[in-house]
Amino acid sequence: MKFSIWRFFPVLLLLPAILELQAAVLPEERVDLLYHKYDGGGVTIDGPSFLVRKNLGESVSVGFNHYVDNVTSASIDVEVSGASEYTEERTENSFSVDYLRQKTTMSAAYTVSDENDFDANTLNLGISQDMFGDLTTISMSFAIGDNTVGLNLDGSEDFSEDTKVRSYRLGVSQVLTKNLVMAFTFETITDDGYLNNPYRSVRYCNDPACTGFSFQQEAYPETRTSTAMAVRANYFLPQRAAIFAGIRVFEDTWDIDATTYELGYTFPYQDEWIFEASFRFHDQTKAEFYSDLFPSANAQNYLARDKELSTFTSTTLGLGASYEFGRSWARIDRGSLNLQVDWIDFDYDDFRDLTQAGPVGEEPLYSFDATVTRLFASIWF
Amino acid sequence: MEQKLAFLLFVCAVTLGGCAIEPWVKPYERANLADPIMSFNRDPVSASYIHHVYDSREGARGAGVATGGGCGCN
Amino acid sequence: MNNLLSGNRLSLLLACFLSFAVVTHVDAASVKGQAPNFTLKSLGGKNLKLSEMAGNVVLINFWASWCGPCREEMPLLNDLHKKYEPLGFTVLGVNVEEDARNARGFLKNFPVDFPVLLDNKNQVSKKYNVIAMPTTVVVDRDGNMRFLHKGYKPGDEEKYRKMVKKLVRE
Repeated sequence: MKFSIWRFFPVLLLLPAILELQAAVLPEERVDLLYHKYDGGGVTIDGPSFLVRKNLGESVSVGFNHYVDNVTSASIDVEVSGASEYTEERTENSFSVDYLRQKTTMSAAYTVSDENDFDANTLNLGISQDMFGDLTTISMSFAIGDNTVGLNLDGSEDFSEDTKVRSYRLGVSQVLTKNLVMAFTFETITDDGYLNNPYRSVRYCNDPACTGFSFQQEAYPETRTSTAMAVRANYFLPQRAAIFAGIRVFEDTWDIDATTYELGYTFPYQDEWIFEASFRFHDQTKAEFYSDLFPSANAQNYLARDKELSTFTSTTLGLGASYEFGRSWARIDRGSLNLQVDWIDFDYDDFRDLTQAGPVGEEPLYSFDATVTRLFASIWF
Repeated sequence: MEQKLAFLLFVCAVTLGGCAIEPWVKPYERANLADPIMSFNRDPVSASYIHHVYDSREGARGAGVATGGGCGCN
Repeated sequence: MNNLLSGNRLSLLLACFLSFAVVTHVDAASVKGQAPNFTLKSLGGKNLKLSEMAGNVVLINFWASWCGPCREEMPLLNDLHKKYEPLGFTVLGVNVEEDARNARGFLKNFPVDFPVLLDNKNQVSKKYNVIAMPTTVVVDRDGNMRFLHKGYKPGDEEKYRKMVKKLVRE
């Protein structure tokens, strides 16, 4: 786990992949093979993700997903702590079942995530219903997760802490016109237990004049509850193209407030090609107990210097191309080859870059770019 | 909090009472809605990965991908 | 916020939600009355009138190329058509799409032996009150509607076959 933040419980990673709540028809039978790569801020993570989904009879669909992260990290947190670049591998496997009965789909998924200092097990249950002539779909799901946090340092082999996660999610999608569909999503998540990262430290001033600073370990509250609400819309344009727009608002008991905006434009070209351009902007305010520099040691009960909890914005521009084949092949329905690249710019307002020189507390604010690549093939059969 | 509960109960009431509403978009008019480019979640494996990228690097989480729309078949 | 979806409230919510999930959805029903007559252009170019089929058992299937279950059903309807045609039976495929090219494209890869008609203004779909995709109506030799089936799930072709077998004997 180290300085990465993989404690984010894995079922939400795979939820859209493995738990496709859509009523009236079972999820499509398909095989997907993805190569993913994240490169930015001194961190490189890549690996495969493999999904297979198959119907058993006419009412049941089963799915399996295997996902691997190969991490090489010399992130700013690693560098500042004086540690050397580390590598590690995280593996996640998920199994799901969908049962369709008339207009209702019931789903269950179980996910196991493993790395050398973090284990997570999550169970997800969901139900989805079509109504009003199939113009409305309502879905509900809830998940429970059990995670174990370890510490991969000499002398700390006995370190082991638990966290429990529970999430509830409600979704309503509504067809408004022949060309417009909207969706509303509400989700609340509660974590309990050891929530901070055992490798991470906060810094504090050595003296009232703050001529120098020292580090001490982070201390997080033992519970966190968050609520997120999103509204999304897809609009079909004449001559076959689509516009996507979405807003998500977030707040939690750690005092973080965030708004995320998304915009996308999909335009097919001839019969085989689909191109996509997207834009995303995320704006958040810091957690109540976050500070880049505390005035003294043990300045408050809870202390954090995780840039993920700071005040920052992230801006993303994405481009994608998809080539479809196989419509007339006998054994398959169709297939596609896809490449998606996203460029993300992270800009922090109260997290400083300690690898750069500057008076204590006035080092340059940190910012970095990341490139995310997704190269994948899908086959529907 | 009470507002949220009220909303959820509203959803229940609407769903129970609304079975008699006539669909204003007929099933044979759903060609555009059934188009894959109109799907909220066309490539689930790819979508869940990019959401994971954001969820692990940002403080916000939840209410990720939407589902719905589609062909309305069966 | 912790208590929002705890214990009792969650149970109440789930009860609400599941109560309508239990409502059964009728996907096969008996219908009565004369099958509304119509004239549509076929993919071959000729006009075809339903009343011209009088004396035969007719299975009218409303479909679209974008509808997965419709596509699944087509080869099975073709088998049904080939088997019972000598006994005075025909399948009539009615494509409900505005643009005939979609139907042509699909049928080029997966051809069928029965006539495919183009209801591109959806007049016939409205006459037959089509509220599901696909919809199958079976009409007897006297022109009366005897069977209506909404949607398609694997295995439904057996229901069609039973009805057709019964009606060709009349």
